[in-house]
Amino acid sequence: MSFALHLINGLQMGSIYALVALGYTMVYGIIKLLNFAHGDIIMVGGYIALFSLTLGRMPALLAALVTVAGCTLLAVIIEKLAYTPLRFAPRLSLLITAIGISILLQNLAQFFFTANDRGFPGHLLFPTGSVSIGGLSIAYTSIITVALSIASMAALHLLVKSTKLGKAMRAVSEDQGAAQLMGINVNHIITFTFAVGAALAGVGALLYSVRFPLIAPTIGAMLGLKAFVAAVFGGIGSIPGTMVGGYAIGLLEALVTAAGLSGWVDGVVFLLLIIVLMVRPTGLMGRPIMEKV
Amino acid sequence: MKRFTLSMPVRYIINTVLIITLLLVGNQIMGSGILGRAQTAIIIQVGFFIILAVSLNMVTGYLGQLPLGHAGFMAVGAYAGALFWRAAVLPGMASVVGGLIVAGVAAAITGVIIGIPALRLRGDYLAIITLGFGEIIRVVLNNLDTITYGARGLRNIPRYSSFMLVYICVIVACGAIHMIMKSRHGRAILSIRENEIAAESCGINTTYYKVLTFAVSAFFAGVAGALFAGNIGILVPANFDFMTSINILMIVVLGGLGSMMGSVIAASVLTSLPLVLQPLNEYRMIIFSLMLIVVMIFKPSGLMGNYDFSMSRIIEKVVNRLRTGKTAGKLKSGK
Repeated sequence: MSFALHLINGLQMGSIYALVALGYTMVYGIIKLLNFAHGDIIMVGGYIALFSLTLGRMPALLAALVTVAGCTLLAVIIEKLAYTPLRFAPRLSLLITAIGISILLQNLAQFFFTANDRGFPGHLLFPTGSVSIGGLSIAYTSIITVALSIASMAALHLLVKSTKLGKAMRAVSEDQGAAQLMGINVNHIITFTFAVGAALAGVGALLYSVRFPLIAPTIGAMLGLKAFVAAVFGGIGSIPGTMVGGYAIGLLEALVTAAGLSGWVDGVVFLLLIIVLMVRPTGLMGRPIMEKV
Repeated sequence: MKRFTLSMPVRYIINTVLIITLLLVGNQIMGSGILGRAQTAIIIQVGFFIILAVSLNMVTGYLGQLPLGHAGFMAVGAYAGALFWRAAVLPGMASVVGGLIVAGVAAAITGVIIGIPALRLRGDYLAIITLGFGEIIRVVLNNLDTITYGARGLRNIPRYSSFMLVYICVIVACGAIHMIMKSRHGRAILSIRENEIAAESCGINTTYYKVLTFAVSAFFAGVAGALFAGNIGILVPANFDFMTSINILMIVVLGGLGSMMGSVIAASVLTSLPLVLQPLNEYRMIIFSLMLIVVMIFKPSGLMGNYDFSMSRIIEKVVNRLRTGKTAGKLKSGK
């Protein structure tokens, strides 16, 4: 495979990582929770897409909408049932609950859908074929993936920067108490943030299933971890930082693979994470945390 | 009237007698053939899960940090111990003990190497960085084909992990961690958990104690890893993935952060549950994760909280109750 193709692959993976990482970043930004269950929401999204395409015989657009809606609904239910009762509990309890949810989702999926891989009919979702630019044939799916994720991120940026809801989200992440005093319903905003993060995860699930067309209960775990690394790399809590982080991780993976070290990809990604945390503990664009006595 | 207390040597004698009796009784039961093969296997498994949980509890419960890479230390210990045993440089029993020590020391060195940079960070970031290190250890083991045989697995490891060996290690681990925690060093570690800045301003070298705790915890995780290797006889890096770290953490959290007794009970119950719940095996992990969530929501400090069992304290309590009961009786009759 030529170097340019590796780069395109990296961009495609980077788009997926960025989308998924945004879910981590938004939740962390607002309630300081590392939402370990995020990767598994993507796994569930993969199954929803698979079943709505094959069993439901839905047209592509409808199946995509169902997937996004399903992920959003799932995240809201999780937030209401598991995270809301722990709003004022120690952070550690919240983190462990998130880990619990992650294990629960994986095992429920395994129970209902068995541990076997299921092929994903990507051709039903996106057009197949490729376009040739300068002697390089680029699959439509790559182009759609990059375009769709950039569009989603642009929409998110608009939502956060120029709507009233976005303003409320920023206010809550800045100072919950003060936001409440200003008449913002903090609970609604937190739920809404989870919903937006999960909607992005839904889009991510579609793109990921097309890229790796095998759905299994464990696909979310590694994707989640990598996306999470991307979020930390860029600065967890910072939206532009996270996007940069996603693409950086995607491209780094592609470069390591291009260098013929595909067995070391995961190791290199985590090594990069460690180096970043050592040099800039809050990531490339994260805000430094001040500690008060 | 003065409260009745047992002096330290008496306490140690009581504990030693209790432990030796339990160990001998256990060995008798194991040797008598009452238990089937599955039960024996589970009991040995419980042993190294106890060591893993108790050692993780030292960092999570007592030091108050959240590492997510405990399986990494276990992996280092498992491979170091297994390679040492396979090489068979020492004869007989010396090789067994030597392997355990090599495993522990290798893991402890890894713990220090990881701990020094990792412990500069706190809370979530510490969790992330240890997770990263754990994954790196796994990837390295997977790729060091010439030494570890990668994903094909390291085979023909001598099966040294008998009941006696495993449970002597359990006792040494629990005893050592208990003694550290009761000492001056233990109080320093607890003070870091309670308030790091206050501890530092009281003159406690927080970095030193954090790295020390990390190293001790890694040491015992390494020993447990070697026991694990000596039990199953074959090692593949996939044994030590992120889920293994999470499983150990689950045991510690369910048992109660900072309670050694909680860790021991949770390790025993969670590891032997599959045996008891044979018909429910399909639902096992679903039940575990639901338990974890429910416990976190309703009792965030874990089932045992930070309560710890102490035989001497119970004896003291009983004696004191009897005495005060008598004096109270005398006073009443005097009136």
